[in-house]
Amino acid sequence: MTSTDTGTRSSRARKSGWLQAYGVYLAVVVLLAFNLLFTANFLSGANFRTQLLQAAPVCIVALGMALVIGTEGVDLSVGAVMALSAALIPLYLGYGVFLSILMALAAGLVAGLFNGFLVAYIGIQPIVATLALLVGGRGLALVIAEGRLVEVRNPEFLALGNDDLFGIPVSVLVAAVLSVVVGLLVRRTTFGRRLVAIGGNRSASTLAGLPVKPVLLGVYALCGVFAAVAGVLATARLGASDPADTGMLMELSAITAVVVGGTPLTGGRVRVLGTVMGAVLMQLVHATLIKHDLPDSTAQMVQAAIIVVAVYAARERSSR
Amino acid sequence: MTAPTSLVPPTDSAPEMAARTRRELMAGVLQRQGAAIVLVVMVAIAWLSYPHFGTADNLRELALQSSFLAVIALGMTFVIISGGIDLSVGSVYALGGVLAAYGSQWGFVVALLLPLAVCGLIGLINGLLVAKTGMAPFIVTLASLLFARGLLLAITQEGATTYKIAPDSDFLALGRGTFLGLGIPVYVALILCVAGSVLLKQTRFGQSVFATGGAESSALLMGLPVARTKVSVYTMSGLLAGFAGAMTAAYLQSGVTVIGIGLELDAISVVVIGGTLLVGGAGTILGTVIGVLLRNVIQNIINQIGTLDSNFQSVVSGAFLLVVVVIQRFLARARK
Repeated sequence: MTSTDTGTRSSRARKSGWLQAYGVYLAVVVLLAFNLLFTANFLSGANFRTQLLQAAPVCIVALGMALVIGTEGVDLSVGAVMALSAALIPLYLGYGVFLSILMALAAGLVAGLFNGFLVAYIGIQPIVATLALLVGGRGLALVIAEGRLVEVRNPEFLALGNDDLFGIPVSVLVAAVLSVVVGLLVRRTTFGRRLVAIGGNRSASTLAGLPVKPVLLGVYALCGVFAAVAGVLATARLGASDPADTGMLMELSAITAVVVGGTPLTGGRVRVLGTVMGAVLMQLVHATLIKHDLPDSTAQMVQAAIIVVAVYAARERSSR
Repeated sequence: MTAPTSLVPPTDSAPEMAARTRRELMAGVLQRQGAAIVLVVMVAIAWLSYPHFGTADNLRELALQSSFLAVIALGMTFVIISGGIDLSVGSVYALGGVLAAYGSQWGFVVALLLPLAVCGLIGLINGLLVAKTGMAPFIVTLASLLFARGLLLAITQEGATTYKIAPDSDFLALGRGTFLGLGIPVYVALILCVAGSVLLKQTRFGQSVFATGGAESSALLMGLPVARTKVSVYTMSGLLAGFAGAMTAAYLQSGVTVIGIGLELDAISVVVIGGTLLVGGAGTILGTVIGVLLRNVIQNIINQIGTLDSNFQSVVSGAFLLVVVVIQRFLARARK
């Protein structure tokens, strides 16, 4: 009696574990199949290019977010950091493309360090610490840009958003490279090991003598830089610096991509490929709804339902 | 969390002990009454520096503007004390306004009950998902933020239709009516906050809200209805946000579709500024009301200065929230 009980329970647990780990791949395949069958003009190079271009910024932000969530934290300020980096681009474009991008990334680094300092050294909850920057950051970006949309005409900078390198759009390439880097960071480096350990059990990590605070600082700094990269790419693609709209609700998309990808919100595990697939999945959902002429309202409600279902499937069992 | 400072050496002289308890006491008072002190200082500064601030018109407007946020923050206070968070209030607030305006064509009762029913249902679903499935509150309510906004767009033909409330509708009194010179929303907010305070402090339900947020597993072991408490606070939050939306619609004479974006952050900030701990288990309604007033006084001062643009407001709000949270953190350490 007991043995069959535990037997069914463990098989159920295994099934739900499998769903949590690989559900996102299954969902992507199902959606792709659906679109190939029912969506006109889906199977074309131009369409795939567009889909990847759209998914790239979310993917980059989600990679940084996955690291933060892996430490049992969350970063709500990523959208505001994108806006900040977008606002800084036109200010420094006169000194050269390289310097303006550097300044934008520096802003992301400073924002990330600021978040990390509050979380690691002051001990403020991640939600609140990054909430402050979410509220203030976009305001600051708008103050810097004087509330205006500034058109960017520098051809070298615009190439970042629209040109190809080896036949692949630059921003997709950037996203791919960063994905590999983050994958290696999590799996092959001490930093990655420590990050996962801290997320799994912070007090044990402290007692084991891990440098908990510097690692947390580093994780939030990375997340800030990644958000800034996404801000630069979004600005280049748009051809304008638009701090009012750049990265709006990005924190939502990024968190969803991470969670859908199988990274638990309770920390202690980072699934990099799953996160990338999560970003692709959200983009596919969006594209599918648009291509079938569903209005924005329905799209939002469907997205809400997907978030709930995904998090429900991915939630940690109380077995831990 | 065993900070080394808590390891008190047993050989302490009496005066040192007294000094420490006095310091702890001071820290406690500051943590609880800090916002009130800052509010008094800010009002004094504004009163002396800007002649327009003290005028009856400005104060009346200040009270009216505060009343909408106060109703939303009231629900948020309950949710946060119970250890949760509700990010959907901004969308639900907007949805409540649109539904009230839409329903006003069938009279006062429908205009009031329609938003309450729908927004209460959204809150109920939030509560059930949080309490029964153990999903993180901020993810659940993030999803319902999207859902409520989507529903709002669906009702208003993708935001293209703005429902107007007929100028002769008696529903308008809820937002625009006055009594003894003050707007009706001010009285409504006041009554709700007093009722909320009594509910929180004097009833069994209020105690289980504190217990749920303070130590959930202990509350469970003590046999408190933790799940029911959670469902109740999220339902309350949805109801109150929808009601605030209905009042706003009555005030604006229409269901404006673009309001309430980012309002959840305002509500959370004022609750935290008022001394409610975001980890749950502690907080007061009075603190939240003071937080609301403080926020609006600061906004009023920024408006009085006039040369600062509105974007500066959010920078100040963010910085202010940060300062309050950091101070709270240090005071909590000092008390330990």
